[in-house]
Amino acid sequence: MKRSGKRVIPGFGLSMGVTLTMVSLIVIIPLASLVVFSAKLSPADIWATITRERVLASFEVSFLTALIASLINAVMCVILAWVLVRYDFPLKRLLDGLIELPFAMPTAVAGIALTSLTSDKGLIGQFFAKFGIKIAYTRIGITVALVFIGIPFVVRAVQPVLEKLDPAYEEAAGSMGASGAAIFRRIILPEILPAATTGTGLAFGRCLGEYGSVVFIAGNKPFETEITPLIIMSELQEYDYASASAIALVILLAAFLILFLVNLVQSRNSKILGR
Amino acid sequence: MKRSENGIINRLLIGISFLFIIVMLVLPLITVITEAFRNGWAAYKEAVTDEYTVKATLLTLEATFFAVLFNTVFGLFAAWAITKFRFRGKKILTTLIDIPVTVSPIIAGLIFVLTFGRQSAIYPLLKKLDIDIVFAVPGIVLATIFVTFPFISRELIPVLEAQGTDEEEAAALMGEKWFGIFRKITFPHIKWAFLYGIVLCTARAMGEFGAVSVLSGHLRGKTNTLPLHVEILFNEFKYVPAFAVSSILVMIAVVILVIRSVIEYIGKRNSEDVR
Amino acid sequence: MKKIISSVLALSLAAAALLTGCGNSDNSADADSSEKVTITNVSYDPTRELYAAYNEIFAAHWKELKGQDVEVTQSHGGSGKQALEVANGLEADVVTLALEYDVNAVRDAGLIEDGWVSEFDKDSSPYTSTIVFLVRKGNPKDIHDWDDIVKEGVGIITPNPKTSGGARWNYLAAWAFAQRQFGDDEEQIKDFMKKLFANVLVLDSGARGATTTFVENGQGDVLLAWENEAFLSIQDHPDEYEIITPSISILAQPSVAVVDSVVDERGTREVATEYLSYLYSDEAQRLAGENYYRPSTPDILNEFSDTFDLDLDLVTIADFGGWDEAQEKHFADGGIFDQIYEE
Repeated sequence: MKRSGKRVIPGFGLSMGVTLTMVSLIVIIPLASLVVFSAKLSPADIWATITRERVLASFEVSFLTALIASLINAVMCVILAWVLVRYDFPLKRLLDGLIELPFAMPTAVAGIALTSLTSDKGLIGQFFAKFGIKIAYTRIGITVALVFIGIPFVVRAVQPVLEKLDPAYEEAAGSMGASGAAIFRRIILPEILPAATTGTGLAFGRCLGEYGSVVFIAGNKPFETEITPLIIMSELQEYDYASASAIALVILLAAFLILFLVNLVQSRNSKILGR
Repeated sequence: MKRSENGIINRLLIGISFLFIIVMLVLPLITVITEAFRNGWAAYKEAVTDEYTVKATLLTLEATFFAVLFNTVFGLFAAWAITKFRFRGKKILTTLIDIPVTVSPIIAGLIFVLTFGRQSAIYPLLKKLDIDIVFAVPGIVLATIFVTFPFISRELIPVLEAQGTDEEEAAALMGEKWFGIFRKITFPHIKWAFLYGIVLCTARAMGEFGAVSVLSGHLRGKTNTLPLHVEILFNEFKYVPAFAVSSILVMIAVVILVIRSVIEYIGKRNSEDVR
Repeated sequence: MKKIISSVLALSLAAAALLTGCGNSDNSADADSSEKVTITNVSYDPTRELYAAYNEIFAAHWKELKGQDVEVTQSHGGSGKQALEVANGLEADVVTLALEYDVNAVRDAGLIEDGWVSEFDKDSSPYTSTIVFLVRKGNPKDIHDWDDIVKEGVGIITPNPKTSGGARWNYLAAWAFAQRQFGDDEEQIKDFMKKLFANVLVLDSGARGATTTFVENGQGDVLLAWENEAFLSIQDHPDEYEIITPSISILAQPSVAVVDSVVDERGTREVATEYLSYLYSDEAQRLAGENYYRPSTPDILNEFSDTFDLDLDLVTIADFGGWDEAQEKHFADGGIFDQIYEE
């Protein structure tokens, strides 16, 4: 360790060793079996499987709803994190404590609860039904479930960064006459952008694969509200591991790509900002 | 800046946050609680004190404990390795760490079944050594670790990244060992993020449903976790008991969040005293 | 680099030790003393109460027969998923699943011997059910038979035959009606099926989800359901729903089988076989009836003539050439069910 000139800080060998071991045990080896199983199909078969009209339609549903849901989360959750860190108001602790709820509630329970709220007989659904908007059993319903699932990712990614951000900067800028919007854009946004992007990216990835809560609210009609994980499930029901693995790989690659891009953006940002 | 001209904006932001949280989080929560008590207190008590509910609760706590322990160790090492050193393939490594979150829970379960199940190449070996992984407790623990894999490291990395490496480098040049650097310099910066990470990880570990459901075998009283027990009750037309059991999960989550708030409160008060 | 490798090794060992530790502790729970035997029954969702009651009478029966205590561990879940898990190594002494096709999947994994269907009476289905309509009280849409539900403006709720084994019976029952109506004209039958699925508002992934959609969330006018599940809904909401039995339906035959390779390894063949044959005893048959399954013994079935509509015309899976053929033709990728939606 002492030999490597650049690495002044000790502990590289140990921390890298632990990290790589755990990543291989938990992530790489199991995911490799997915590749092995989909390789039981020829490339032409894989292509035929993943370009079936119904599968393509499900990709559209899954990607579109996940994208919209994570964008909604990006905006709403940055506001939430800001409010939770910077303001004092009654019930703040309670509000803060509720953020993890989507994690702790089993996804199926969340799905059932959201469906009963948003169906046209439900508390929220009734209201929207008056305007002819159906939530449950449509793509809007899927998006609602995905927003619910994604909340903790963005809030909890942004919150620690905001907490570390010293309000003195903003106050200084404010006293020098900068407007609220300018302070946000120039000072706060650059600081929280990497964390917010990561959180949103993770939420997006999670939304792509979400199954438990969505199947209850989606209606699952082919070509309209059928999500890709449901297709994977039906392939499994037919004991067709190879097709299931092939479709799963598409989602996995997409998620990997998005996360990779997010990580690129993030480190570029921190380079511009930090050093 | 805080009060005068931005008062309206502040109130608006708080209002938006309240509305968002009430619609997305509080209403589903209320739905769960009201359904849980729909048949009265006696029925609720019967459902939550049922022998199998108790066993499922214990198993959930066990799996959560191992998952959080494993991920804590991993998260600290990984965050240290990733933020304190430069090396090739860093982006791929961080992306690999994130991947488990985006893997559809069904696929997450499936990959472990494929890796350790009867179709796997190492199954005869495991059988010979009398090691049960799939459809036994180790499989549940593995699946739980998998789905919560990045949670702690993901909380730490943005904070450490924002902090840079200057302080650690200085300490290292003064001859401090890595553990000393970590304890005295790094840890104080990340302690709140670390706490968030653990809470997030715990909540998610308890609520995990999809992956565990594929791996558990649903053996009543042996491999049923709380979320699985909820699903089974639901599928057995026990609508109200299903919600009663899910309220246990919600309550455990609340307890954890209260503990977190207390730690945070004491910690912040102490740090103010020092100043 | 050396450090990396050594810590990798150390950690792998630690992880392996942890897993083995867990594995062993779990195993010791299974190893019971010789005076008590434990078997595992992997079943599907709505059979819990039936087997909870049955396990008690079977334990008494076995005690009387052999003087030995028996404990049955139950596992419930979606039928197809349960079969998948057994095929992947879930140690089940017996499987009691929703359809023959799922048991065949376990057979195909090499765990059950060929010819299991004839091992027990009545094609190894000790109790049966059928597909009926659940409608809202007073039957506001005037639904009496299959041709009423394809009319415009009727909303149907059914689970998805692709993900729910049980829902395949729903589909086949509708097909049977159309076949009686249109004879061998497959185009007309497909047209009928297309109209039916055009009326489907929500295709839930499982039977229970579909019931929730219909009962708790108030969607649709008619739920296609297994008879025993329809009765359970009525039991929960006696004044809100009624059961309509169509003129023709299908005999849904849940299948039971001993998992040969598991019982041979564990030495539990005798108790597992007795567990399934005792399902045909009069007591067990009555239990099935009380849990709204149709007993397969005719005398006991007649005792429940107040509960079940016995004048119903029932086709069986054999009329579709057996499960493998039905699966291939209707539910496989690109099969008729896919075509219904793709055109």
